[in-house]
Amino acid sequence: MAEANYKDLSVNGLWKNNPALVQLLGLCPLLAVTGTVVNAIGLGLATIGVLLTSNVAVSLIRNIVNDAVRLPAFVMIIASAVTCIELLMQAFAYELYQILGIFLPLITTNCVILGRADAYASKNSLAPAAYDGFIMGLGFSVVLVLLGALRELVGTGALFANMDLLFGPAAADWKVVLVDDYQNFLLAILPPGAFIFTGLLIALKNLVDGQIKKHQDARRTKPIKGAKRVRVTGTIS
Amino acid sequence: MALVRITSPHAQGQNRTASVMQSVLLATVPGVVVMTHFFGFGTLANILWGGLLALLFEACALKLRKRPLGFYLRDYSALVTSTLLCIALPPYAPWWLIVVGVGIAILLAKHLYGGLGYNPFNPAMVGYVVLLISFPVQMTAWAPPRGAGEVPGLLDAVQALFTPAAYDGVTMATPLDVLKQNNSLLIEDLWAANPQFGRWAGKGWEWVNMAFLAGGAWLLYKRIFTWHAPVAMLASLALMSALFYDGGSSASGGSPLFHLLSGATMFGAFFIVTDPVTSAVSLRGRLIYGALIGVLVYLIRVWGNYPDAIAFAVLIMNFAAPFIDHYTQPRTYGHSKPRDNSQGGES
Repeated sequence: MAEANYKDLSVNGLWKNNPALVQLLGLCPLLAVTGTVVNAIGLGLATIGVLLTSNVAVSLIRNIVNDAVRLPAFVMIIASAVTCIELLMQAFAYELYQILGIFLPLITTNCVILGRADAYASKNSLAPAAYDGFIMGLGFSVVLVLLGALRELVGTGALFANMDLLFGPAAADWKVVLVDDYQNFLLAILPPGAFIFTGLLIALKNLVDGQIKKHQDARRTKPIKGAKRVRVTGTIS
Repeated sequence: MALVRITSPHAQGQNRTASVMQSVLLATVPGVVVMTHFFGFGTLANILWGGLLALLFEACALKLRKRPLGFYLRDYSALVTSTLLCIALPPYAPWWLIVVGVGIAILLAKHLYGGLGYNPFNPAMVGYVVLLISFPVQMTAWAPPRGAGEVPGLLDAVQALFTPAAYDGVTMATPLDVLKQNNSLLIEDLWAANPQFGRWAGKGWEWVNMAFLAGGAWLLYKRIFTWHAPVAMLASLALMSALFYDGGSSASGGSPLFHLLSGATMFGAFFIVTDPVTSAVSLRGRLIYGALIGVLVYLIRVWGNYPDAIAFAVLIMNFAAPFIDHYTQPRTYGHSKPRDNSQGGES
């Protein structure tokens, strides 16, 4: 790829090739920690950070590393990035770090990251690779947050609880209670809720895609009626 | 003389979906009447409210899926689902509990999988399990049976349904629950200490179970289903409880008669296990399917976290039904041995 098209990259990362809704990569954290918005934002930010750094590093070494050993090298880079993010989170958002638990180190094995490193960063120069990492991470995080918001809303009837875990004490009263006296719908917060809501989100995306396609088909100019077919074989009578 | 040629078949059965579903609904009547006698009008209120919601949800789903409304609404399948679910729910449940349960059953468990005949899981049981996991407080609040406490009246049932906050109900642990929590009393002493035990099982519960048994026997007589699955389930449940019944010590799981006449045993055996869509198909398969449900019911009742287990056992076996069917394919007529599909199609 000689000339990187940033618009295409954005459309791919956010919608057409969304890591969570289309590629269905990184489902493990997607399903496991999206019980609340704050968890989803925390893990989303960590994933963006790791994707950005790993894509940058992979792009920089792409002409040095032998093809045969590229995957171990990529994994080493990703693991180092994850460790950095983990230490940062331990320092600045310790409680959230504890809530996310094993799923933070597990970012290492998130297929989105290795996938982008191998499929894009190892073949492109620094700037597009960095942008691709960022936008793919953003696409992943948007779905994480959306899923977290849906599950928190249906599960507890409130939104943005415990935001102080991530944004400091000022965010402690960000919680919005939408329904008073809500009977907690535990299923939405438990793992089955994650599967059901992910399925519904994918269905929604497909529905929107179908509508867009229908709209485009309708707008496309129709062939003029009565146009004669051009014969390419046989004799014209 | 006009010779009208009529092709075979000349004798036609009446087993249309609607008439089967009507028979199933009719067969629940004795059980519901006995439940109403022992627990008051709560179950009846649940069933009426649930039926209304089921038709509404079914109509919405059919509309969205662009299916003919009248044709599918007249087959009574939505009403059967909601009625079975509402019988399983505790009487005097709040209105929203039934909305969520019936909604999940009809929309998620039935129509998302393709509608009647395509659902791999029993919709009523999916609705029940979702409610049980999500709202344990409301789902375990059973009213005391007649003879062990005051039975609420008709107005109480309506009030409990639509203004649950204002309704001041009385609840009591079910016999299965009491037995589960027991770890110090001999069975005899437990019987004497708790008013909710009757002659063989729970007060009221034994008659509710017998009424469902009667309804099921009538369905069997009408040949709505074969005897294999329910009999296998009851037999294996009785066998399990006989094996682990040690004469009534404090660690005993309860007598076979207690298990057969407690909780949802008969209701499950004749109305849930026999669902033609979600159960195994071949006769041998149905025997295995039913027997394993009976074993699972006992295991979960005695060593699991929940006092009753029909819904969980049935859902687990719904998963296994295609697997059972694969290994119990009946002999094809004209072939000596059953065809083994796992050997690459060689017959």
